[in-house]
Amino acid sequence: MAKKLKIALAGNPNSGKTSIFNNLTGARQHVGNWPGVTVEKKEGTCKYNGYEINVIDLPGTYSLTAYSIEELVARDFIIKEKPDVVVDIVDASNLERNLYLTTQFKELGANVVIALNMSDVAEKNGMNIDAKNMSQLLGAEVIPTVGHKNRGMKELLDAVINTAENKTGLEEHPIAYGKEVNPEVEKIQRILSKDSSLVSQYSPKWLALKLLEGDSEVIKVAENSSVWNEIQQVVNKSRDYIQYHIGEDAETLIADQRYGFIRGLTAETVQRPELERVSISDKIDKVITNRLLGLPIFLLFMYALLKFTFSGSGFMVGWFEGFFEWLGGAAAAVIPEGIFQSFIVDGIIGGVGGVLGFFPLVLFLFLGIAILEDSGYMARGAFVMDKIMHAFGLHGKSFLPLLIGMGCTVPALMASRTLESRKDRLITMLVNGFIICAAKVPIYALFIGAFFFKSGATIFFLFYIIGVAVAVLMARLFRIFLLPGKAAPFVMELPPYRVPTIKGILIHMWERGWMYLRKAGTIIVAVAIIIWIGFTFPQEPKYSRDYEAMASQIEESYAQQIAPIAAGFASEVNKIKEKEVFAKFMEVDSKFSAALQELEEGSEEYTGLEKKREICFGELRERYPEKAQLHTQYLALTSAKDEQLAAIENAMAAEHMEKSYAGRVGHSIAPFFKPLGFDWRSSIALLAGFAAKEVVVTTYGTLYSMGETDPEEAAPLREAIQNDPFWTPLKAISFMIFCLLYIPCFVATVVFHKEAGSWKWTGFMVLYTTVLAWVASFIVYQGGMLLGLG
Amino acid sequence: MAKLSDLTPGAKGKIIKAKGRDAIHRRLLDMGVVSGTEFEVEKKAPLGDPIEIKIMGYHLSLRKYEAETIIVEEEKEASNG
Repeated sequence: MAKKLKIALAGNPNSGKTSIFNNLTGARQHVGNWPGVTVEKKEGTCKYNGYEINVIDLPGTYSLTAYSIEELVARDFIIKEKPDVVVDIVDASNLERNLYLTTQFKELGANVVIALNMSDVAEKNGMNIDAKNMSQLLGAEVIPTVGHKNRGMKELLDAVINTAENKTGLEEHPIAYGKEVNPEVEKIQRILSKDSSLVSQYSPKWLALKLLEGDSEVIKVAENSSVWNEIQQVVNKSRDYIQYHIGEDAETLIADQRYGFIRGLTAETVQRPELERVSISDKIDKVITNRLLGLPIFLLFMYALLKFTFSGSGFMVGWFEGFFEWLGGAAAAVIPEGIFQSFIVDGIIGGVGGVLGFFPLVLFLFLGIAILEDSGYMARGAFVMDKIMHAFGLHGKSFLPLLIGMGCTVPALMASRTLESRKDRLITMLVNGFIICAAKVPIYALFIGAFFFKSGATIFFLFYIIGVAVAVLMARLFRIFLLPGKAAPFVMELPPYRVPTIKGILIHMWERGWMYLRKAGTIIVAVAIIIWIGFTFPQEPKYSRDYEAMASQIEESYAQQIAPIAAGFASEVNKIKEKEVFAKFMEVDSKFSAALQELEEGSEEYTGLEKKREICFGELRERYPEKAQLHTQYLALTSAKDEQLAAIENAMAAEHMEKSYAGRVGHSIAPFFKPLGFDWRSSIALLAGFAAKEVVVTTYGTLYSMGETDPEEAAPLREAIQNDPFWTPLKAISFMIFCLLYIPCFVATVVFHKEAGSWKWTGFMVLYTTVLAWVASFIVYQGGMLLGLG
Repeated sequence: MAKLSDLTPGAKGKIIKAKGRDAIHRRLLDMGVVSGTEFEVEKKAPLGDPIEIKIMGYHLSLRKYEAETIIVEEEKEASNG
């Protein structure tokens, strides 16, 4: 049996922690969430020298305060789970700030091993670090590593095992805290030691320091202590003493002392070059965030990201669509026609296909984001954009989700994870749906095409602007009334530019993509089935007309007309002497028809083939005029019959939808939409739009008895709407405003819920977007009526 | 003595004290903005805010109003930028 060890990987963001984690665990990774919070938790295992090492990747942090979830998660893990070793990844080229976290691990009483990472970069910069000396001064083994080149891992693991077995990393931590602070810490420690259950869980020295610092979480813990009154007294006295005698609050003083210790440590162990060279990274940065070029370069990168996400994923989207089409077809072929087939094909395969349809997009987006993040540009983008975003109550990093929202709200909501503060994240997510996404474009194409064709582009652009304006305005309002407080501080590291490793970005992409599938997938399929049920049942509603009888009547009457012609045609054909000629023509004709079906209507090849066939027909007609006439008659009759039958079928489908459960709900909420100028068709279409926004168009198609409508090619529907006396340009504008603002599709809603993590916020989002849409449309429509625009 | 926000790109100096409160103050301490730390103002963002400073060998960005809370001592001969 292998001996088991549990180690935690910790370190600053950008310290190269991820690549060390990947090196140690390889593909044996598991991504989840820390219980109760939306912080990613990565775990993996590593087998080495007869040990089975469980590696837990703690969130990257600069410190261990109670101010951020990530820091709380990291320190709670060390306190409660007591890992055998904490491997602290320290960026050797950025020692001082990285060691600040190290001092806090020592305060916690953790068993620490230090990975002096990117030691090659430090060396290249002319730094010389005496790891042995540093190790003695810190009371922890210090191992030089180069994470992205997989160097030093063996030595690191040896040190981990040695430290775990011999507890060498536990040595009392060496910071003195000075003659003012230290006696106070000791005083508090003495009181704390009276509560034996408390000091068995926490290092008393750490508790004392944190109480002095005024750490809110530690105070909560101490409040439950039997000696809380005494503790409180002593702590308050000490804090007052320090403030009075040094003129500085304890928190600042302790931070000063930590950095003071680090200064002393590096002075003794690090030799720096006399002259600091300007690094390549700094040179790159001079251009990229240049005062003149900064914004254009930012726009260029964002354009490239969108292009990469939405065009780059095109081929894969095609694969997925093709696959699900094939699967649907295959299932339809195997399963007998009926309700069960519809359930499998439209409900389940359609639903799963809907989720996976987004998947390539999500993957490409995450790939693009991973490249921007790992290369170090993301922080610069925020740096460039912060002034604008901050003016609207948002954080510099909010630019990314809002931008991605132009493509699709689902990945946009997921991209809001890059925001650290929960308030910033929530506000960004709450306003994201107002940015017109790709799926809404067909709605605008339909109505703008029908009523504002001449100034189409202008009107469409106007709606885009209105969407952005509403998003910005709401963000401002939320910041003032709903989630008050300043946006998270912009005190942020701008990490050095680095060439991302392919392995690194691929792992990054896959982790997040998989999370999307797992988190959103199941609920989305369930909701897709519910929507399918809503629009499918009752299966046989009471129709206002007997469509089947009408259809068979048409069949009959045409059969009577067609039969004699067909018989005459057959006998004429029999009379033809050159049977082979005719047969050959038929063969050519059938080949043409087959080829035409494969081609796109209106394409060059298509029209070419059509012409050729026309010529063939012409020849035949010349040689056998009587037969040709009969044939034309026959064709005219059958196509007239097909048209009438299709009209009946479409009318039936329209009534079926109208009388389905969802249709009835649509009908019953129609009065609610009346003040906005919408009819029952619109209310059903809006309801269906919750499934996916382009479905608004296809639903209108069905309800206008157009049969199945391609949202991208809705010309006949456009004419039907244009010719429907019900619609006016004002009503169309009111409807488009409503579509702009009301709830995003259910996939986005589900993802919102997963990211926001509470029903309260999901409920609020659904409610406020609907109310806002209603009020805005009401004002537009009623205002327009008052002005006599109706 | 001056506020960090008053300095122009190219200026160098030493931090005297971060005066702010709560999250911003805490964050500044964590990032090494403590008394005695040397810094150099690198640049302003294209729109003038935030600013970027070099401190302890790394680059830190902060908004102007955050920089207002930081008292610094400018190194005179270097302030020609």
